Amino acid sequence: MLSEYLFSFSFWFQVNVASQYGTLYNRPFVESFEETPMLVAVLTYMGYGILTIFGYLRDFLRHWKIEKCHIAREKEEQKDFVPLYQDFENFYTRNLYMRIRDSWNRPICSVPGAKMDLLEQASHDFNWTFEYTGRIVQDVINLGSYNYLGFAENTGPCADSAAEVTMKYGVGVASTRQEIGNLEKHEEMEKLVARFLGVESAMAFGMGFATNSMNIPALVGKGCLILSDELNHTSLVLGARLSGSTIRVFKHNNMQSLEKLLRDAIVHGQPRTHRPWKKILIVVEGIYSMEGSIVRLPEVIALKKRYRAYLYLDEAHSIGALGPRGRGVVDYFGVDSHDVDVMMGTFTKSFGAAGGYIELIEYLRSHSHSAVYATSMSPPVVEQIITSMKCIMGEDGTTIGCERVRQLAENTVYFRKRLRKMGFIIYGNKDSPVIPMMLYMPAKIGAFGREMLKRNIGVVVVGFPATPIIESRARFCISAAHTKDMLDRALSVISEVGDLLQLKYSRRRMQPSLVRPFDNNMYEDIDD
Amino acid sequence: MICASACKMNFKNLREYLAWLYYQYLLITGIYVLEPWEKSIFNSILFSAIAMVIYTSYVFVPIHVRLALEFFSGLFGGQPESTMALMN
Repeated sequence: MLSEYLFSFSFWFQVNVASQYGTLYNRPFVESFEETPMLVAVLTYMGYGILTIFGYLRDFLRHWKIEKCHIAREKEEQKDFVPLYQDFENFYTRNLYMRIRDSWNRPICSVPGAKMDLLEQASHDFNWTFEYTGRIVQDVINLGSYNYLGFAENTGPCADSAAEVTMKYGVGVASTRQEIGNLEKHEEMEKLVARFLGVESAMAFGMGFATNSMNIPALVGKGCLILSDELNHTSLVLGARLSGSTIRVFKHNNMQSLEKLLRDAIVHGQPRTHRPWKKILIVVEGIYSMEGSIVRLPEVIALKKRYRAYLYLDEAHSIGALGPRGRGVVDYFGVDSHDVDVMMGTFTKSFGAAGGYIELIEYLRSHSHSAVYATSMSPPVVEQIITSMKCIMGEDGTTIGCERVRQLAENTVYFRKRLRKMGFIIYGNKDSPVIPMMLYMPAKIGAFGREMLKRNIGVVVVGFPATPIIESRARFCISAAHTKDMLDRALSVISEVGDLLQLKYSRRRMQPSLVRPFDNNMYEDIDD
Repeated sequence: MICASACKMNFKNLREYLAWLYYQYLLITGIYVLEPWEKSIFNSILFSAIAMVIYTSYVFVPIHVRLALEFFSGLFGGQPESTMALMN
């Protein structure tokens, strides 16, 4: 025990009630990213080292045909060309990802609500091929779906109205929005989205990824500057690169870094000619899904106003999930939605549909590739969005929307507090419904996924390349559809698996453990 | 850390405890994900390395310790002996 304290760094816990920007926040902004314990980091590197050695051994055997090769290779005729599969990513995929890949791509055979059914799969050749035993694992608690408000359901008003619309309009649209594919439903949905967000107009697309990657090039081009957060999503990075503007990256959620970059940009201008930039666009996300952190929106808006830059806010995970009225991170901080220049979001996570929207002007209708070339959204999906949005706004006459937003906030705070008390390292803001729990070691990634499934809980585990190589994690997504019983059962199972796999790395214990013994608190909720 | 959580796990007998310790060894070194023949290779290499370390320490450590003690006692205790020898 003593040696751990000798080896560990102190943790990093930040409360920002009165930062240098004074009274911008109407509530405490509590985020924590505990440092990796030194011993755990060393053991993780050692584990990866051992697996790399075995990876080289297997590659050697495959090359000399001692062992049969199951994975993609170049053809015989192409052996003298530039090699395709020799970089680290492919090495990693062949030798590590394949061994634990039964934790991913599990087929679901029911609606992915709070509970779901999975097809049981077995592999006899170490995950190269899978076969289905024919059994269905029933009532698996779903902690992995982005189902924040619980609208992924096959019963209820949303599903009924979507079914009616399918009867009336069919499923396929067979055209783009500019040609014949613009149904009255699309117009209705866009007006509703604009009203929901409190802006003048909005535009919707069939795919959230395409919304980002196709619209950023339409807004900025050469001679413009994009200031993008370190941990932005691939779609934002792709859109920024496609646009051809200069990209500068600031440290994650770090306002001093952003201010320094803004000042440098305005003082020095473009790289060689020193002319002023045509436009400066700050690109941030509402909730970062791998870290669970929330953007410091009031400070970003203050900086944007001071230095005359534009702000692009990607609310993929935060729309519907944050804020007292469910209007996203703008509502959560209580800032004016007109201060954010471009708000983008997706319908997949909170509304149970598919697609993305962006709030801007008529310019995009003719200049965005996604608007001009992509097929329009399918009518039942549009109807699902309309019904769920009306439900959240309370316009369908019930209070179900408000209830769900409140339930989600309560569930989030409860789940995070309990996990912290148990001693796991949890990243992110205390109000964010995305909860990453650190696993670190490569073998524990596969072991955690399998042990949780054995106990009927489905989780998502993430490793390299979505996260830095030693910081692999399990990511829980809390939903308003989870009842307190389900959360309690999930928590007791997570604690049990955490003890089995030794995952409780955290250095700090909360005060209540002094008042009540640790064991009694944990085991009184088990009901089996 | 291992002892604290082991107490919570309610092991019924020593065999279960040893199996859990072996499981922890598999997880920490990363061997858990490997195929059985790879596990055997790693275990045999590690076991033979540890066996060699134990054998070497058994054979050589007493000799080295004795030589070290002689060297240090020669430094401190040797002076009175030599002056006594000179006087005699």
